[in-house]
Amino acid sequence: MKYIKEFRNPNLAKRMLDDILHAIKGNITIMEVCGTHTMSIFKNGIRSLLPKNISMISGPGCPVCVTEQGFIDTATKLCRNDDIIIASFGDMMKVPGTSSSLKIEKALGRDIKVVLSPLDCLNIAKQNPNKEVVFLAIGFETTAPIIALSIYKAKKENINNYSILQSIKTMPDVLRHIASNEEVNIDGFLCPGHVSTVIGVKPFEFLVKEFNLPAVIAGFEYCDIIGAIYFIVDMIAKKEYKVKNIYERIVKYEGNKKALAIIDEVFNPADSTWRGLGNIKNTGFKLKDNYKNFDAVSKLNIKMVQSYIHKDCICGEILKGLKKPTECKLFAKVCSPLNPIGACMISQEGTCNTYYKYEAR
Amino acid sequence: MDIITLAHGSGGKATHSLIKDVFYKHFKNDILLQQKDSGILQNLNGKIAVTTDSFVVKPIFFHGGDIGKLSVCGTVNDLAVCGAKPLYITVGFIIEEGLKIDVLEKITKSMAKTAEKTEIKIVAGDTKVVEKGKADKIFINTTGIGLIEDNQIDLSINRIKEGDKVILSGTLGDHGMCIMNSRGELGLDAYIKSDCCLLNTLIRDILKISKNIKFMRDPTRGGLATTLNEIIENSNNSIVLNEGDIPIKKKVMSMCELLGFDPLYVANEGKIVVIVSDNDADIVLKIMRKNPLGKDSKIIGRVINDGNNRVYLKTEIGGTRMLNMLSGELLPRIC
Repeated sequence: MKYIKEFRNPNLAKRMLDDILHAIKGNITIMEVCGTHTMSIFKNGIRSLLPKNISMISGPGCPVCVTEQGFIDTATKLCRNDDIIIASFGDMMKVPGTSSSLKIEKALGRDIKVVLSPLDCLNIAKQNPNKEVVFLAIGFETTAPIIALSIYKAKKENINNYSILQSIKTMPDVLRHIASNEEVNIDGFLCPGHVSTVIGVKPFEFLVKEFNLPAVIAGFEYCDIIGAIYFIVDMIAKKEYKVKNIYERIVKYEGNKKALAIIDEVFNPADSTWRGLGNIKNTGFKLKDNYKNFDAVSKLNIKMVQSYIHKDCICGEILKGLKKPTECKLFAKVCSPLNPIGACMISQEGTCNTYYKYEAR
Repeated sequence: MDIITLAHGSGGKATHSLIKDVFYKHFKNDILLQQKDSGILQNLNGKIAVTTDSFVVKPIFFHGGDIGKLSVCGTVNDLAVCGAKPLYITVGFIIEEGLKIDVLEKITKSMAKTAEKTEIKIVAGDTKVVEKGKADKIFINTTGIGLIEDNQIDLSINRIKEGDKVILSGTLGDHGMCIMNSRGELGLDAYIKSDCCLLNTLIRDILKISKNIKFMRDPTRGGLATTLNEIIENSNNSIVLNEGDIPIKKKVMSMCELLGFDPLYVANEGKIVVIVSDNDADIVLKIMRKNPLGKDSKIIGRVINDGNNRVYLKTEIGGTRMLNMLSGELLPRIC
């Protein structure tokens, strides 16, 4: 528990909350980009302790939430092929497509395996030489290195029955997209801690240079988060903006060079379509030419399914921080974790799921 | 190799020898050995408690128990939390062909040993064998019968009032995280022992000392959070828990942190949550702590009457959040 207990110090948290109260002038809206931050804010009851003029809004930092419905529909269609084993992170199982989900398909007997790491897929592929193992590659810069490593190893070990259906997203440019949206009114960013462990501090410096917005990279314990809020409020009060890293125990300025190297070995930057936000330039990956044999779409000649989300679902506005889950007509009435309509309700780190879990009934 | 085949479920010679050589051998008692189609029970004077449960745990052997022990403990505990003295149990086995007979015998022995500890008699049983792939090694169904001898015992959700205290008998999440770890899919090198145990003596002791125990339940699947939601679901009361008072083992907490689980939702198999009047809370706590199974007991919260029937958690830093029922199943997070 080293590096956790130290950041669970109620007295320090209370002192920092007092400091926030003294430093704050006017109303401040802070976007916490990462879904794990959202969860921690709710889990620790931080919202109930903040002054009323601080508004915390959740950003697009939940990997499941931003995965388009067409991706799920493609995956559920693909798993009906007896020659294919679908491997997925657990969270994806519950995500509803247009008419099915991986969980339903698994219940119907399709060969779908939940893995904790894409590296597990290599063993599954070795054990099932007559089947193609397709990993549903989603996530951000956090999961990209291990996915890249699985492909690198598969190539090295001549495992030819492994491929990925790829929808990895990258973070900095989606924040640029949000910050440059005129409707959005954000005074500071609580930058994603997990993503920062991989990419470092530098990629977030544009928030200050281009938008004059303060940003803090923080961990996930309550002292980390309250500390980050304090520094954002303090920078706003002093009008001195920078990207402050208070997660130095994990996050280095240049990031994790080893992780970045393996991403660079396997992927090139590319545009990506975000559920609720549309296509955003330079927010995804594509496999480099020498790894294209691992791209399930071309390898298996897959036609990606185009689908549309429910007309009343406001996940797009929620992901941009324009609306809160409680403003959605479907929230807690039609849409709940047992019957999720929009992506934000599905993942345990999704904004709607978190609101439902901690504030709704 | 001695394995279970479909013949063992046919009702013929193989079934007969399985019953004789495994079940009668270990479960022997006067009622079962009469070998009737039904176990004939003595006259029972008092209110009778009946419960049934099915056990499908994977793996079937884990640190601190096995599916056999679990099936007896689970049923005994369900009787005990209702204030009943556990007396009789029936057992139904659904076995996948191919299971080694010595594995079945190991499970049977474990059931017999656990039943003996609590003086509950296994009085009837059934065996079915299904084809390979139609079950996962072995499933066990048990039905328990208990007697509420003391007419003054009145455990009812309706008796819960504002000011009552919530006592938890020990650390949370041990069983759930043990099972998850024992599956070997996480690649973690953690020794977490299940809390699977018989709670009837602990419960008997506290029922003796206080007539103001309002309600009890063992927080199994869905964990403490779901159990408390069930308890206050149809009342005007709410429950406020103090996060800092809820005991959780460091190892369990670390594993939950790593996987993104909330230990308040993780399953337990050897814990009780007791709602008791404010006046009797300290004495009940003292008695619980004297029993090795309740040595880590703590008062973890109180009942309030706010008309909302919710479970709140007062966090370590003084914030408040709601604890809803578990929605769906627990799955490890992505990042």
